[in-house]
Amino acid sequence: MADQIREEIRQYILTEFLPGEKASNLRDDTPLRTSGIIDSVGLLRLIDFIEGRFNIQVDAYEAGVENFDRIEDIASLIQKKRPAGA
Amino acid sequence: MAETSFPAANLCQYLEASAQRCSDRVAVVDPDGSSVTYRELNDRADRVAGFLLARGLQPGDRVGLVQPKGLTGVCAIFGILKARGAYVPVDSTAPPARIRSILDDCQVRAVFADPRCAEIAAGVETVVVTGKHAGPASQNLPQGAVAWEKVLENEPSRAELASRHPDDLAYILYTSGSTGIPKGVTLSHTNALSFVEWCSSVFNPDEHDRFSSHAPFHFDLSILDIYLPMKHGSTLYLISEELGKNPRKMAGFIASNRLTVWYSTPSILSLLAEFGNLKGYNFSHLRLVLFAGEVFPVKHLRNITRQWPSPTYFNLYGPTETNVCTYAHIPTPIAHDRTKPYPIGWPCSHCSALVADDDKEPVTAGEEGILYISGPSVFVGYWGRSEESATAFLERDGRRWYNTGDVVKQDPTDGFIYVGRRDRMVKRRGYRIELGDIESALYRHKQIREAAVVAIPDADAGVKILAYVTAPHDARPSMVDLKVFCSEALPAFMSPDAFLFQDSLPRTSTDKVDYQKLQKESTVKAESSKNID
Repeated sequence: MADQIREEIRQYILTEFLPGEKASNLRDDTPLRTSGIIDSVGLLRLIDFIEGRFNIQVDAYEAGVENFDRIEDIASLIQKKRPAGA
Repeated sequence: MAETSFPAANLCQYLEASAQRCSDRVAVVDPDGSSVTYRELNDRADRVAGFLLARGLQPGDRVGLVQPKGLTGVCAIFGILKARGAYVPVDSTAPPARIRSILDDCQVRAVFADPRCAEIAAGVETVVVTGKHAGPASQNLPQGAVAWEKVLENEPSRAELASRHPDDLAYILYTSGSTGIPKGVTLSHTNALSFVEWCSSVFNPDEHDRFSSHAPFHFDLSILDIYLPMKHGSTLYLISEELGKNPRKMAGFIASNRLTVWYSTPSILSLLAEFGNLKGYNFSHLRLVLFAGEVFPVKHLRNITRQWPSPTYFNLYGPTETNVCTYAHIPTPIAHDRTKPYPIGWPCSHCSALVADDDKEPVTAGEEGILYISGPSVFVGYWGRSEESATAFLERDGRRWYNTGDVVKQDPTDGFIYVGRRDRMVKRRGYRIELGDIESALYRHKQIREAAVVAIPDADAGVKILAYVTAPHDARPSMVDLKVFCSEALPAFMSPDAFLFQDSLPRTSTDKVDYQKLQKESTVKAESSKNID
């Protein structure tokens, strides 16, 4: 489950923000926000994608670097927020 | 020559007059919610001026402002102007080398900076540390620096009214330069006053208005934000950088503070419309929405006007060198099938416009040509670049006409229509970007042999920036590496959207990089991928 979430996020980021990049260069722990791969506008788009795809609501206070700098952190947040059994 | 005398001869007089007329009204609200009245703001600015004058600030001396947006910044700006200095606002989030190059370029005598930027400014004669982390305790400050709180303990003072001159330099705004070094656009009090007076006559603000300040102070939108409310005794709500990037919070902020005037780039309005969840709030107080800085994609403009149907909308156009020089009222609602972008409209009453061909001869109405602007709001010159300043102007009929570099054509009903550029400057999120500036940064990457950057139109983002690069096959950096590299070398808004590796760059017959070919290929590729979607 967690693997699948990470892969979906990875694919989205590769398509939207790193067109042409090899999937292996975008690791689970590659910095996204602090590296400039995803800027503030990109973050909004990513959150919009996650909310629609995983049927969760990301609150403004959750959208910081602690949850959105690495694919693994984003995936953990999604898992935490998904309704049980979903 | 256009009329250049205004009710105020100096920007400080707006504040000073309001401090007399409506002293107890709230002038500015800080992002943290604290506020000052007109009397308090004027008093603090007088203390800042007292401090700077005691430190020997001379008329025309430059003072840097490198800190997140806040009330201290507004106090500092008016204090600097009252001491007859010129302020130089710099993006505090820019890479340190860029910040330092700006401070060095215009040789600032003093700097107001947050603790991080105070370190970057080390060596400047006077460094004032602002922000919560500074605190009054001098042991926390870099050597020789002064805490903001200490500045406010100075006796109020100001330059003699009689000594103030409308042609005094008021501020310098730095924009992207084609060679990788930002260039400083120098503007006088007259330049700003003529624009603010025009705003007054068209937008009719009064002391009950509540203005937003979304743009950072190093951006020319801030001139309207700061001085128009100060002139009319209105209230200015400063929006922090953090809040300004969060559409949901921003929507709540606009509604709960019952803002009446909004001014930002189209990018921000697009974000508000798309992600702000606007349905959940009451925006009935909002009477005026102004946007400037880039082309507003019609589908996003339609989106915001549907959700905010009652305000009056204006498209304001003008480079930093002229401030706003043409404007267009946008009638709402916008037809569902409209795709044509809106015009930049007719010249403001204090400006004159001329459209000329490559031989600098006026074209007949309806033909494409370069837009030239003349009038009291047109800048003085680029700081320390006399040659570039001279070539920026056309002398004609005894007037100086600034060459905007923008290609326009005149429509008999709509006014001027923006067509594009002939050079390599683009605008993204309201920021001006010289594509050569990005190339200069890429050439500093040790694996990159060649770099050519092009911009293509994009229905969503307005513009997309593509970097074509060559590198040895066995040592190609990854996209991730290049993104990280750019984030350290360039401001965020300049980072390319995509990097495309090539074996070699296409060349023209004279062996120059064939930008036209790259541009054409990129546009075709973007179009075809859109059709597949």
